[in-house]
Amino acid sequence: MKEMYQLASYGPVLPEIIVALGAMALLMIGAFMPVSCENCVQRNGLRVGWLSILLLAAALYFVVAPGGSAKTISLFEGAFIADGFARFMKILILIGAAASLLLSFDYLKSHKLMQFEYPVLVLLSVVGMMMMVSAGDLIALYLAMELQSLALYVLAAIRRDDVKSSEAGLKYFVLGALSSGMLLYGASLIYGFTGSTNFTVIAQVATASGAASNIGLIIGLVFLMVGLAFKIAAVPFHMWTPDVYEGAPTPVTAFFAAVPKLAAMALLVRVLSIGFPGGLVKWQQIIVFLSLASMIFGAFAAIGQTNIKRLIAYSSIANIGFALVGLAAANEEGVQGVLVYLAIYMAMTLGSFACILAMKRGDKEVEDISELAGLSQTNPSMAVILAALMFSLAGIPPLAGFFAKFYVFLAAVKAGLWPLAVLGVLASVVGAYYYLRVVKIMFFDEAKPAFAHVDRNVFLVMAASGLFVMLFIVAPSPIIDAAMAAARSLKP
Amino acid sequence: MINLTGVPILSIVTFFPLVGALFVACLNKDAAGNARWAALWVTLLTFAASLLIWINFDTGNPGFQFVETKAWLGPMKYKMGVDGISMLFVILTTFLMPICILASWESIDTRVREYMIAFLVLESLMIGVFCALDMVLFYLFFEAGLIPMFLIIGIWGGKRRVYASFKFFLYTLLGSVLMLLAMMAMYNHAGTTDIPTLMTTTFPPEMQKWLWLAFFASFAVKMPMWPLHTWLPDAHVEAPTGGSVILAAILLKMGGYGFLRFSLPMFPVASHDFAPLVFTMSVIAIIYTSLVALAQEDVKKLIAYSSVAHMGYVTLGIFTFTSQGIDGAIFQMLSHGIVSAALFLCVGVVYDRMHTREIAAYGGLVDRMPMYALCFMVFTMANVGLPGTSGFVGEFLTLLGAFKVNSSVAAFATVGVILSAAYALYLYRRMIFGALEKANLKDILDLNRREIAILAPLVILTVLFGVYPSALLDVTALSVKKLVQNYEMAVKTAELVVGR
Repeated sequence: MKEMYQLASYGPVLPEIIVALGAMALLMIGAFMPVSCENCVQRNGLRVGWLSILLLAAALYFVVAPGGSAKTISLFEGAFIADGFARFMKILILIGAAASLLLSFDYLKSHKLMQFEYPVLVLLSVVGMMMMVSAGDLIALYLAMELQSLALYVLAAIRRDDVKSSEAGLKYFVLGALSSGMLLYGASLIYGFTGSTNFTVIAQVATASGAASNIGLIIGLVFLMVGLAFKIAAVPFHMWTPDVYEGAPTPVTAFFAAVPKLAAMALLVRVLSIGFPGGLVKWQQIIVFLSLASMIFGAFAAIGQTNIKRLIAYSSIANIGFALVGLAAANEEGVQGVLVYLAIYMAMTLGSFACILAMKRGDKEVEDISELAGLSQTNPSMAVILAALMFSLAGIPPLAGFFAKFYVFLAAVKAGLWPLAVLGVLASVVGAYYYLRVVKIMFFDEAKPAFAHVDRNVFLVMAASGLFVMLFIVAPSPIIDAAMAAARSLKP
Repeated sequence: MINLTGVPILSIVTFFPLVGALFVACLNKDAAGNARWAALWVTLLTFAASLLIWINFDTGNPGFQFVETKAWLGPMKYKMGVDGISMLFVILTTFLMPICILASWESIDTRVREYMIAFLVLESLMIGVFCALDMVLFYLFFEAGLIPMFLIIGIWGGKRRVYASFKFFLYTLLGSVLMLLAMMAMYNHAGTTDIPTLMTTTFPPEMQKWLWLAFFASFAVKMPMWPLHTWLPDAHVEAPTGGSVILAAILLKMGGYGFLRFSLPMFPVASHDFAPLVFTMSVIAIIYTSLVALAQEDVKKLIAYSSVAHMGYVTLGIFTFTSQGIDGAIFQMLSHGIVSAALFLCVGVVYDRMHTREIAAYGGLVDRMPMYALCFMVFTMANVGLPGTSGFVGEFLTLLGAFKVNSSVAAFATVGVILSAAYALYLYRRMIFGALEKANLKDILDLNRREIAILAPLVILTVLFGVYPSALLDVTALSVKKLVQNYEMAVKTAELVVGR
């Protein structure tokens, strides 16, 4: 066993090491860069930002090319697992983080917020998220989640002089701490009743006969799930989302909506399918409830929104509900569905936020949906992209969002969860209404004055995600197949 | 005759308009004329290419022809093909498209380029629906068509366009999502989404019932069948002329086509069991909506309701499960595709001049517009089902099929023929005959050359298919016969199993 701990065997952790050390190095660089001129702070921040993107790209390279091993590798006594599932999620997280950094530069510069701390905090949360998706142990799970959460709390409040941003940060922190507490409590119960923090050992107890009457284990599991439900903002643990999304600076919101949710969702999938496999412990009904409540509440609550960031907040609640449909199915197809959903959801969310960031008149951001009126005449390319994203979020073929919903519902149908599937698709019709409303405002209404020129980086993300949702249908196999392989790697 | 072996003619016909749409998108925004001409040429070329399909179509083969298969997404393949049932719908689509573009030539003067793009995309999707031989592919085309139609109604429509477009979209989507779940269940059961394979798969009777109902939800909304038709009058009235034509002539046919492609061959036992339900709904549709049509003050609304009534014959014919009934239903759909399109175009002609759809605003048009009156009369007669017009053949065959199965249903349906004569002739009298009293009608102009070019082919076809229906019936005959045989065999086997 000794040779396991030689340096070379840490290869699978290399991406995390790169990002973590890089973040610290950038922190130093940022702190010691000269700030002699007036704009130096902003300029230094921008440099650190670009370096961070490079760092993420380097990490991505090592995730994609891990020396040819597609096997499942377990390190640190099973606390860290590098498998296909983790790799799939890490690719998403790294791309998502890099894209959200790209989105943020213009906004931060114009608000004089482009300090070097911003990219460093993003990097630190990325390290946390990468460890979350690889966690194979309750302690690793908690540590990784706290690392990402603490970085995110600061990011939410990064506009220090803005009341709403501070409020968002505080709300996020208080509720996040509460959820961490519950999660920790659940984890301690699970440890107490199984004697281990390792998922595979927990699984042995959870699948043994009599597990269903092991009250302590079940209560522990419920608390654990509640804690994670807070992080993914599933109803009824969603209430922080609209306020935080509205209050936090828009690029931060983009990052919140697109990336950390993915990591938390992946963590939930891994804990449940590795730690509590089989039907003895009935977590399925909890997931079914969370999923239904999120889909239905998200759909109806979004109808009345006039602020586009709040709209997207409720839409993201509904989206998590749809992703949970796949998890509720509790089969391999379900996990595949969740992964496909998350990948497409991330692209759609980043694209939508790129469009929101482009909603600028002069130097001022506007957030009211009615400001989009007549966009199809003033900026046709942005209108077409945003319309495609909205139709895609509504799940209308031939756009990518249709395939996302298709795979989760396919899994639910296979698992025989008919009520969930039927109510889910009906909720998606309700949801279609508010997405259509955005399209209506852009295409049917009288034109308002044009928006200011769209920043190059923002447009890049917008165009990339627009093309992704429109052209996904041409070659869907790579992502679908990769998700299948990733889902398979979760099987022991 | 051109040899088409190895040429993916269906893909070419399906996606050429899409390529055309991309081309139009690259045109200069301000050059509306270019967009019009480009769209016209694209649709004409598509029509020409689609005629190659008809010419090379083997009427002696009841199966699928011109089949193309490509790997796409695991078990879901990109598979296209046509048989006697679907081929004519492809031709109908490609034939009506240039007419729609021409009909929008002058009446659409804002955002012309976008309008043409929407129409070309819509054409691709509609052809795709009739060619798809993979269930998921079918669904993709079927649903994707909502997007361009939503935009067409919402951007270029009338006063209540927003309401109409939302109603159209959400209504149709609601029906379709249930169908999607049914498709998933079928895929789970059969392990394939291949339509020809699924046609030979026997689903357990209990499952068939649910699947049938789910598909019914989608197709009955699309048809539309009473009482799910309420989106149609709104959508028709608010859509621009070209949009109304496409809605009436092609989108409605997707419902009937869906019954023939999915419900009957895949769930024969359930179809058999639910036939009384369909009969009841069809008869109510025929009589009720005819009466409603009689009371309309808006020309477009009247024609919209008459469409619902005519679709009642289609569902009636399909669920007789006789070759006459189904042949008649297909013929009725094709004929209605031509006639209702023509009627909407006729309304468009006077609407472009007077900008009102109120029937009361017209009267005595024959004095000033003799040619228009003539065309309108041919289509009115076809709508009534006068022998010698295409409308007669379809109604006659469906009623013949219905009499074979259930004479009281057929008797009620025949009442509808009388009612259709009532509302159609009443409309004609109020608009065309009488004294020309309205001052603003005094100098209304007769059809111009463009309008003649639009209406002339429709007049010719209406009469041609009325006197020579075999042109169409020969194409559909064998495929329908095979469909009926398979149905009868499946029902017989099921009866043996159940022992009833």
